[in-house]
Amino acid sequence: MGGRLSGCPTIEVSVGRKGRAKAKGRGRVKRNLRVPFSSIRTLFAERDKTFLRGLTRPVRWGGFCPNSTMVSANTELTYNSKIEGDVIVSRADSVINWIRSNSMWPMPMGLACCAIELMATAASRFDIARFGAEVMRFSPKQSDVMIVAGTVTYKMSSALRRIYDQMSEPKWVIAMGACASTGGMYRSYAVLQGVDRIVPVDVYVSGCPPRPEALLDALIKLQEKVKREPSASKLLSA
Amino acid sequence: MPAEYAFPDSAAKTAHGEFETEKMSLSMGPSHPSTHGVLRIQMELDGEVVTKADPVVGYLHRGDEKIAENMTYNQFVPYTDRLDYLAPLANNMAYAIAVERLAKLEVPPRCQAIRVITAEMARISAHLLGLGAFGIDVGAWTVFLYSFTEREKLYKLFEELTGARFTTSYTRIGGVARDVPEGWTGRVDAFCEQFLPLLEEILNLLTRNRIFVDRAAGVGVISKEDAIAYGLTGPNLRACGVPLDLRKDKPYSGYEQYEFDVAVGTKGDGYDRYLVRGEEMRQSVRIIRQAIAKFPGGAWYAEDAKRIIAPPKSKVLTSMEELIQNFMIVTEGPLMPAGEVYFEAENPKGALGFYIVSKGGGVPWRLKIRAPSFCNLSILPKVCVGAMVSDVVSILGSLDFVMGECDR
Amino acid sequence: MPAGLDAVTALKGKWASVTDRASLDHPAINVPAPDLLAVLGSLKQDHRFDMLVDISGVDWADRSKPRFTVVYHVFSTATHEYVRVAADCADDAAPEVPSATGLWPGADWHEREAFDMFGIRFTGHPDLRRILMWDGYPHFPLRKDFPLAGIETVLPDAEVVAETKTGAIAAPMMGGPFVAAPGQLNMSEAEPRAKDESWTERRPKPDV
Repeated sequence: MGGRLSGCPTIEVSVGRKGRAKAKGRGRVKRNLRVPFSSIRTLFAERDKTFLRGLTRPVRWGGFCPNSTMVSANTELTYNSKIEGDVIVSRADSVINWIRSNSMWPMPMGLACCAIELMATAASRFDIARFGAEVMRFSPKQSDVMIVAGTVTYKMSSALRRIYDQMSEPKWVIAMGACASTGGMYRSYAVLQGVDRIVPVDVYVSGCPPRPEALLDALIKLQEKVKREPSASKLLSA
Repeated sequence: MPAEYAFPDSAAKTAHGEFETEKMSLSMGPSHPSTHGVLRIQMELDGEVVTKADPVVGYLHRGDEKIAENMTYNQFVPYTDRLDYLAPLANNMAYAIAVERLAKLEVPPRCQAIRVITAEMARISAHLLGLGAFGIDVGAWTVFLYSFTEREKLYKLFEELTGARFTTSYTRIGGVARDVPEGWTGRVDAFCEQFLPLLEEILNLLTRNRIFVDRAAGVGVISKEDAIAYGLTGPNLRACGVPLDLRKDKPYSGYEQYEFDVAVGTKGDGYDRYLVRGEEMRQSVRIIRQAIAKFPGGAWYAEDAKRIIAPPKSKVLTSMEELIQNFMIVTEGPLMPAGEVYFEAENPKGALGFYIVSKGGGVPWRLKIRAPSFCNLSILPKVCVGAMVSDVVSILGSLDFVMGECDR
Repeated sequence: MPAGLDAVTALKGKWASVTDRASLDHPAINVPAPDLLAVLGSLKQDHRFDMLVDISGVDWADRSKPRFTVVYHVFSTATHEYVRVAADCADDAAPEVPSATGLWPGADWHEREAFDMFGIRFTGHPDLRRILMWDGYPHFPLRKDFPLAGIETVLPDAEVVAETKTGAIAAPMMGGPFVAAPGQLNMSEAEPRAKDESWTERRPKPDV
């Protein structure tokens, strides 16, 4: 059952109604990693191949060569999953990363004009809700990704860093727009020349302001980055 | 509506029969969903009631005025976009007219009509977002989403005209960047036609909404004298009963040819400010339609202002004189005479003023931006005292300020 | 005669120190600092210029006259006219003018801004502190001797500084700003030249 994937923590998810799973004598979740059932059940339709395809497709590198210290030593990050009847056996990484990437709750650090494009991305036409990110919580403890949208001044920088510190792990940062990435067109005494001077940034979006499509592209890139993370080992070691 | 709240005696008295209270210090912002940008209000609270409010601004101070001393007049236009970033075209126009006053330059009627149409569209866009944000602050999500749908249609029109959704950088000193595309005015007219009933639908969500009226009416009342003493302008001033509208009282860019009404309120509370903004949008549509109906032909830039406006590229690339002219304007900037001017335009947020001190040449010596939001916010310490914390949120929403402008 | 010019004439008649100021649009006067409040009060009460729209500081830098000037713009809601009032600061090292907050409470923030940007003190102001820069900022940014890129300063929040090991740096200007000096009509003088503050991330700022 776990032979091919030995060495990594696995979870077993049972598909279908409770009765059937119980009848087949399988437990619902094995080992020490649980996933919320109700959300998975609706997606693990019995004959739904598309999700499984996603799990078995090897991750595209697309020209980006990661620093080997950034990913785990086990570079086989293909999400090979095995299906046995109603049960899908997969790597914990894949499920955790899938869940994390598809429900990234942004902490909108909407400072200036980019905040208006951020709002437009959240509105009906560009609908960030498709990506699970419409929950714009202004509370750092409840959010995953901080979207720095707008010019960061030196006066604001300490507030921004404090809010970043208050966010709980795992957290990511998208620097939206030219001002957040490098200071933009404001080469002056009052503007922080790039928010990466105070917080580590995962994705930079260029534009002044970037179109909502560009911000969604950044979110997708961040999702792909999240999918490459060795989250299970991080969780277990932390 | 806030009324006299009687605290139940039995609950509050201590064993000695005395009422012990303590003032709490609360800092609201700078990162806060309802402060419309980076505003911080340092409040002193007695329970839920504000006894002192000290707004701290400057979290978006980017040094625009210093940058202006190091840029030619045309190079500064993108920075004006980002002042009131909800209505960039209106800021562009205000700045261009201010600099043209330096040179005493009158642009041709077509250019004036284009500027008026774009400024009024920007006004609609800014008020829609103001209403949406006000709605969100008091709990009405739908208004925000509906108004953003309309704004997306406006963005499409702006993009067709200028190339950018917002932050358009459309005007130049002595004209606009390019002429309107084929059929654009027809599309604007079509937008206006479908917009009016949708606007009624959006306003219907709030105007007679019991919750909204309770949150906005009677909250943040500003008297006429206070409004004038603090330098309030725009819808905030008109809601207090002062019928001052620079488009009517000191017309610029051809506004005198258009017929429109000025919405004036009576009580000066948040509800009046909301109603004034709603009515202004209807009047803007009226102005746009008149401008399109009268849309003149001709040049979209002042052709005879040789040292101020660059000639069209087709001439620049083929004729020597225009090449030199273009070179001088791009490198040195439009040649302005020495002197001082002050010009205010009626922006959606209030009166945006530019005080320009020029020593000649293409670069200003001093450019002061008189921001309406800066003055509108200065009344906060007075208005918030005695209100509850949730009323402060409602006051901020109704004052409708933009920090990009306030801090420059 | 329009109300603005009427007012200017009346003021010049009443105070000998009030002189005309060159202006391209609105009537403008120069007033020395001691008479400033009286003149502004008269404009407000006698001539009904009830709204103060703007207070700006100007730094003339290399002129022989006083270095700093404070310019007030007042507006009449009745006649819709502006008047510009300019007051020179007597002392270049410690510029000072009386505060107009007694006449218009809205002058409060404008004066704080002029203080923040230029260092002009307004005597009688209830709470003169910085408004746009943070409270401990040591420089006055809009003075002409302060470079656009800024001067390296320590940020106010010590914890954040310790964590991020960064501060307010001089912005990398990459050889700029390239701008022609204002007022030069001679072509060779007017060529945009990199101003002295140019430095890049690779080539450090030359010691001046």
